[in-house]
Amino acid sequence: MSSTRTTPPLPASSPAEKLALSVVAGGLLTLLLALADADPARQQRWFYLALGLLGSGMLAWSWLKYGRHPAGVQQHSLWLRASTSRGAVAWVTGLVLTGFYVVLYWFSNDDGHGHFGPLNNLVHALDGFSRALRARPADQWFLYGTFYTLAVLLMGVRALWKYRHSRYQLIRTASVMFFQLGFAFLLPGLLQFFQQPEFYFTYFWPLKYDYLFPGTVTSLLQKGGLGVFMVFWGAAMSLLATPVLTYFFGKRWYCSWVCGCGGLAETAGDPYRQLADKSRAAWRWEVRIIYPVLVLIVVITVLLWVHFATGSTLLGAAGGVAAKWYGFVIGSVFSGVIGVGFYPIMGARVWCRFGCPMAAYLGLLQKHFSRFRISTNGAQCISCGNCSNVCEMGIDVKQYAQRGEPIIRASCVGCGMCSTACPRGVLNLENGPREGRYQGSQLIHADSLRILS
Amino acid sequence: MHLVIIGNGITGVSCALAVRRLRPGARITLVSAESAHHYSRTALMYVYMGHMRLSDIKPYEDWFWDENRLGLVYATATALNTAEQLVVLNNGTTLRYDALLLATGSESKLGGWPGQHLAGVQGLYGLPDLEAMARDTHGISRGVVVGGGLIGVELAEMLHSRGIEPVVLVREARYWASVLPPEEAHLVDRQFQENRVPVRYHTELREVLGDAQGRVRAVLTTAGEEIACQWVGLAIGVTPNLSLARMGGIDTDRGILVDELLRTSAAQVYAAGDCAQHRQPAAGEVPIEQLWYTGRLQGETVAHTICGQPTRYRRGIWFNSAKFFNLEYQTYGRAPAGPVAGMDHFYWEHPSGRAALRVYFQAAPPHAVAGFNALGLRLRQDVCQQWIRNHTPVAAVMAELGAANFDPEFFPQHEQALVAAFNRQFPQQPVVLKRRKGLRALFG
Ligand SMILES: Cc1cc2nc3c(=O)[nH]c(=O)nc-3n(C[C@H](O)[C@H](O)[C@H](O)COP(=O)(O)OP(=O)(O)OC[C@H]3O[C@@H](n4cnc5c(N)ncnc54)[C@H](O)[C@@H]3O)c2cc1C
Ligand code: SF4
Ligand code: SF4
Repeated sequence: MSSTRTTPPLPASSPAEKLALSVVAGGLLTLLLALADADPARQQRWFYLALGLLGSGMLAWSWLKYGRHPAGVQQHSLWLRASTSRGAVAWVTGLVLTGFYVVLYWFSNDDGHGHFGPLNNLVHALDGFSRALRARPADQWFLYGTFYTLAVLLMGVRALWKYRHSRYQLIRTASVMFFQLGFAFLLPGLLQFFQQPEFYFTYFWPLKYDYLFPGTVTSLLQKGGLGVFMVFWGAAMSLLATPVLTYFFGKRWYCSWVCGCGGLAETAGDPYRQLADKSRAAWRWEVRIIYPVLVLIVVITVLLWVHFATGSTLLGAAGGVAAKWYGFVIGSVFSGVIGVGFYPIMGARVWCRFGCPMAAYLGLLQKHFSRFRISTNGAQCISCGNCSNVCEMGIDVKQYAQRGEPIIRASCVGCGMCSTACPRGVLNLENGPREGRYQGSQLIHADSLRILS
Repeated sequence: MHLVIIGNGITGVSCALAVRRLRPGARITLVSAESAHHYSRTALMYVYMGHMRLSDIKPYEDWFWDENRLGLVYATATALNTAEQLVVLNNGTTLRYDALLLATGSESKLGGWPGQHLAGVQGLYGLPDLEAMARDTHGISRGVVVGGGLIGVELAEMLHSRGIEPVVLVREARYWASVLPPEEAHLVDRQFQENRVPVRYHTELREVLGDAQGRVRAVLTTAGEEIACQWVGLAIGVTPNLSLARMGGIDTDRGILVDELLRTSAAQVYAAGDCAQHRQPAAGEVPIEQLWYTGRLQGETVAHTICGQPTRYRRGIWFNSAKFFNLEYQTYGRAPAGPVAGMDHFYWEHPSGRAALRVYFQAAPPHAVAGFNALGLRLRQDVCQQWIRNHTPVAAVMAELGAANFDPEFFPQHEQALVAAFNRQFPQQPVVLKRRKGLRALFG
């Protein structure tokens, strides 16, 4: 079954949409101007003009594209447009994103004279804002945080328009926007303003792995009352709240409602959710990679603590080296470069699905100790595949639905898109008693063939 | 045992899967002229609209068939010899069978209109139709859709998604008049209006008009209107695909005639799904069922008989679902379009016109519930069927309505408004809402 023979031409975008997109393009060009201009005052002007153009263009375009049409599932031409179906535009976008991450991680460090490599002018354009928020000049991470938050907010508005027929999606999208802006951007900045440690209350070990490393813990503990609270918060969230909340709500309470990585995936990554590979082969890779990452970070953490407690130099060296490599390979290359850079090619949840140790931990809890499941409505499934198509975690949802079985998968982040997209109202995210959680519908004769091993 | 199945649609595949489960050692061969692998016919529209690719509408990955030892043959069965139990394929092979299932599905009905052979006039049933539609709607501005049923609204939505104006001709006074009561049909009509799709009710196609190149240029309606268009979609229903059965000398009428065990007139030959016509349908049931669900059920049922466990086909409590643009529809049990003696109903509609519920029940006490129509709300099939099967009085159903609520979390819950409306319409059966939504309600 080739797909070209049934490919009709794309409907033309309206002139208004084209105009909005050119404003966005103008914003990107202006950003290049800011990057190139050596004059600090002009830099800043270009920079904010660029943000203004990007923001207004994006908002206008989202409204034109989604806001004007009657509320409902809006997926037209998803697999026909080059940008969302791994066409040339997608590859270019992927390259630009990947390039940005490479420059950011490895070529933008302060050279000691306040110079931040190729991104220098953009970083300094933010000095004023950074001083106001954090009482210190900007650095490359502040630039990154600003871009990240803007992406979540602007694309969040797009998602709000696109999914306005679903209250679940509205509330969930608002939630990730809130946590990104408040807890992952403003609050850490304010903490710095008040000379407190820069702390992210919405990131926990093992995702933010160093929060339970002896080094971080001891340095926080030295910072007085707030530092002690931060240590307590980090430990309690990782070891206590995570199992309890996951028991009641599934891993979604974090992955698609709170987490910043999830927040970006659900907003900026929304145009790419269909790109997640649904094959069994991809699932096998997922299991092969994600659990070893979890084991790795647990072992490293234990090593570091044993070293801390016993003072063994051998363990200390091993733990330190391992932590450094982990930070490079998993923390930077995997979660950043691949995780976001490959959005337009592999979908927005590559990191969440294949690499995130927090997702692995939450997933084990969700699969074995949770009240969460996605229920299937009797025998109503028509195997159309819309649910699998929109699953950003690459779960072949219809395999379960067409058998009348509930979906209980470690990787499901509970984004609810399968339920939103199903044209027959078959799927529902529910928390309920654990007895009978796996029970399928009596209205369909689930064949016992081996589908998923 | 060698089971040969003609047709790899939901019926043939369901039978193959069930036989594999019942008879792990059986040899099973699925023959299809349409596609190498089973795909979901119901999802054709989403491929056209670009929501998915063809590879995304295959219910099983390609390795599935090999791993479960299901032989696939991509060819047309051109002859059938029931005496010698042979099927001849157009690729030169001949298959000998111990059991043969005809699951040949349907074909689009054509109405016999003048001009229907013109280029750009078609139905939508299979992959060749999808291809033709993609090709013939390239860059056009208007298409006419003939038929006010489920495929009709799908065709309209497909055209609409590409910025092509659909004009829908509906013979009856309202949309899908044979199935939907006027209020429900009105809500569907609101969807047409909201999406700016013109619908001509009480209007039939009279003639398709062509241009010099033999392409459609307009249609003439029974109202005398000439509508300029570059494409015409005929969606007036489907009819069983009988060619192979006829060739094999098997008894047919409108469909391939089968008994309760889904056996045809020839020994060891069975028929199921869209192509089968029941000689004696159960009371209140139609002889030819053309649905995904019934195809699945018939396929599974006939598998048992083929495996030596004779099983009568029992459809069970009716259910169906559809989506009209942005309006979801689910129905359970008996839900007639018009008044039926001895049956009463309760209807509620949300002021927004985007949600409605109709509950059918016996007019005589204890007013056993008989069926549901839900628009814009999702109802739990298990719960509804249980109520219908147990003849639960409508008052009890209304009181427990939350147990059937399958809407996603945070969606507005209408149970209170529903019960209030019910109490206004049927003050003689006062109801107090007992159960709100939730899984706990289902298991508790
Ligand atoms: C556009 C569309 C949307 C639909 N939507 C819904 C819906 O939402 N819900 C619902 O319940 N139903 C829906 N239906 C109806 C549903 O799809 C059918 O009832 C169901 O697919 C029938 O399945 P089947 O296996 O009996 O036949 P089919 O799916 O038609 O399979 C028969 C197969 O046999 C092949 N075949 C026939 N003769 C030969 C031969 N001689 N040699 C080799 N191969 C042969 C055909 O090519 C075909 O592939 C829809 C139908 C269409 C066309
Ligand atoms: S299964 Fe559904 S809810 Fe879970 S991640 Fe996939 S689309 Fe989201
Ligand atoms: S669950 Fe819904 S979306 Fe998924 S295959 Fe079934 S009908 Fe389609």
